[in-house]
Amino acid sequence: MSFFEMTDAAGHVRPCYAGVQQWVEAVGVEGLRARLKEAETIFRRIGITFAVYGEGGDPERLIPFDLLPRIFSGAEWRLLDRGIRQRAQALNAFLYDVYHRGEIIKAGIVPADLVYRNRAFEPEMIGFEPPGRVYSHIVGIDIVRTDEGRFQVLEDNCRTPSGVSYMLENREIMQRMFPELFGSTRVAPVDSYPGDLLSTLKEVAPAGAGSDPTVVVLTPGAFNSAYYEHSFLADLMGVELVEPMDLYVDDNRVWMKTTRGPRRVDVIYRRIDDEYIDPLTFRPDSLLGVPGLFGAYRAGGVTLCSAPGAGIADDKAIYLFVPEMIRFYLSETPILDNVPTWRCALPDERAHVLDHLHELVAKEVHGSGGYGMLIGPQATRAEIAAYAERIRTNPADFIAQPTLALSTAPILGEAGVAPRHVDFRPYCLVGKQMRLVPGGLTRVALTEGSLVVNSSQGGGVKDTWVLDD
Amino acid sequence: MLSRTAENIFWMARYIERAESTARLIQMGQRMTILPGPIHREEWRSVLQVSGSDGLVEVGRVVDEEDIVRLLVLDEANPSSIRSCLGRARANGRAVRTALTQDMWEALNDDWRRLEAYDLSRARRDLPELLDWVKTRASTFRGTVETGQLRNDGHDFLRIGGAIERAEMTLRLLDVKYYVLLPETAVVGGGRDHYQWTSVLHALTAARAYHHVYGGAGYTPWQIADLLILNPQFPRSVAFCFGQISWHLDRLAQAHDRRGAAHETAAAMLAELRGRERGEIFEEGLHEFVAHALIVTNRLSREIAQAYHFA
Repeated sequence: MSFFEMTDAAGHVRPCYAGVQQWVEAVGVEGLRARLKEAETIFRRIGITFAVYGEGGDPERLIPFDLLPRIFSGAEWRLLDRGIRQRAQALNAFLYDVYHRGEIIKAGIVPADLVYRNRAFEPEMIGFEPPGRVYSHIVGIDIVRTDEGRFQVLEDNCRTPSGVSYMLENREIMQRMFPELFGSTRVAPVDSYPGDLLSTLKEVAPAGAGSDPTVVVLTPGAFNSAYYEHSFLADLMGVELVEPMDLYVDDNRVWMKTTRGPRRVDVIYRRIDDEYIDPLTFRPDSLLGVPGLFGAYRAGGVTLCSAPGAGIADDKAIYLFVPEMIRFYLSETPILDNVPTWRCALPDERAHVLDHLHELVAKEVHGSGGYGMLIGPQATRAEIAAYAERIRTNPADFIAQPTLALSTAPILGEAGVAPRHVDFRPYCLVGKQMRLVPGGLTRVALTEGSLVVNSSQGGGVKDTWVLDD
Repeated sequence: MLSRTAENIFWMARYIERAESTARLIQMGQRMTILPGPIHREEWRSVLQVSGSDGLVEVGRVVDEEDIVRLLVLDEANPSSIRSCLGRARANGRAVRTALTQDMWEALNDDWRRLEAYDLSRARRDLPELLDWVKTRASTFRGTVETGQLRNDGHDFLRIGGAIERAEMTLRLLDVKYYVLLPETAVVGGGRDHYQWTSVLHALTAARAYHHVYGGAGYTPWQIADLLILNPQFPRSVAFCFGQISWHLDRLAQAHDRRGAAHETAAAMLAELRGRERGEIFEEGLHEFVAHALIVTNRLSREIAQAYHFA
């Protein structure tokens, strides 16, 4: 039985949801559903869409938005806040370590093969010291709740986690549509995020950049699914949104082409994957890249955020070791637990997984977006058998976890308030200091009983409140 | 500002104006064809010629309204169609979201897929309403610029793009009259000629302005040409548009500390327009002047792209 975040075991509304409960009663379900249409019109007009090309239908889709906020009490947030920062710090320490001395490997904690033979490991980064020793400047940590007091980390995102624009826009829409709600409840603001992001990026400028470094956001272009977010963040930071063709490298420095001629760029918040950033170093067939960019980075002419090779820290096989990293680098006890995970690469664990596949969630180590996973309890015998065969063929490509009783939060359904499974992604910023706004993105599986919250598979989003209590 | 941003803004403004031009052009064609007088069916052909889409209907076939709606309103493959222009304006705007205000973007984005819902018969039935909608969209967009956009270099590129396109529209509309191949009589009498000349005025919403400028003296071709080309107060006149282009180019030159061929071209054209006497252009040949002015406008557009590194 899942924990329903709105009520306690006895069915009473938990204190943090009291304000929302009263609001729902006062406005009524019909009234709220009418407002939902209004919200969708606003989203569409503002253009908050994600792009899906080549599948037919509307190429610019809306992520379904649910009106009822997901709420954390101040005490719950204080725990999450400490746990998230701790994890972001350990992940960056791990990245520095694996690209330098590899102490955690020498200590026998993380197997060498898992790091050095990993596709996400970037040999070009060995021995290089990025400014501030930061590799992952924006750490998105996917957290699920399995009970009132229990939060577990599902996965880490150390490259370029997306979705933060929804955090900001969802709040914006809620405040625009329901100012009365915010009058009666003290909700911690999240609007400092763009400023925090800019400060973080400026802090990691290369040594020669001067007192006011030039920051840009690098996007693959308007056809990228997250283009809206790229432009949104550039806009709120007041920096240029550039495409690769706007940049070139000369003498290990990066320049953007402007109407006034070339202008020096110091920090690039890139929303392009490692393999596409520089055809000279990575994929030679990449049309997206900026030739020479990686060389300029290594020469200290520009900072790339996140650092190439940061993905080794959020690999699903490495995930297993994050609690150990926290103990090893920080000498602290992990505040947020991992979900227990079996590695199919190990014979004993593989045997257990194959025996219990019908009750487990199995995932591809390199998969993302909810694709390529098997949810045992919801799968047919034939699907389980086929998946087991894939595991036997390439065991190292798979991990498995117990099917979690993800908590549910209230949504506004056809027939009124109903519980649906949710997860949570906060965005921790790492520069010379760490910054974390009280909030994040709550994704919700809008189909009754579904555990898949990904927007590519029918998930929606809702505003996330941290109460200032 | 990024050169690519300048380019996108410049073309976004041009495409919005062009969508409106095409709408006005079709309205003018409609007005001309429903007029009394002998049956003369070359009006729609001249509309196609002016929009640069003449090649889409084979020579010798009579062009009708259905062709016009298909090619100039709905055809996605024709770069001059309203649908293409609105789509391209939005695509250019989307590529530089950060250079637009929220309101400007909403004006571009709101209802942008509306034309996809129209098939030929529905578009023909609702044509007047549809053309008004296009004009309203362009006006709404300009309104958001008026009171919301920072007066920085982005604004200059936007205004220059818009003014170049508008000058071109006025020139092309004047040329319709040439293609219709009726004799340009010294006095616009009753009959077709009169209607054709006044249709040009109506298409540019200039009929009232005409009366204010020339009193109740009636329509003469040279006064109409004078208003649309030389009048410095009428905002769709070629002289007015070049005044704007020149002013914004000067601002850019100041901000960039650099003048080039574009600035010289714009200044020379403006001086030429200001130096003309009433009626002079008409006597020398309207079509020749229009052809010359269109060449200058095209060259200017290229020179601006070179000057600001987006050629």
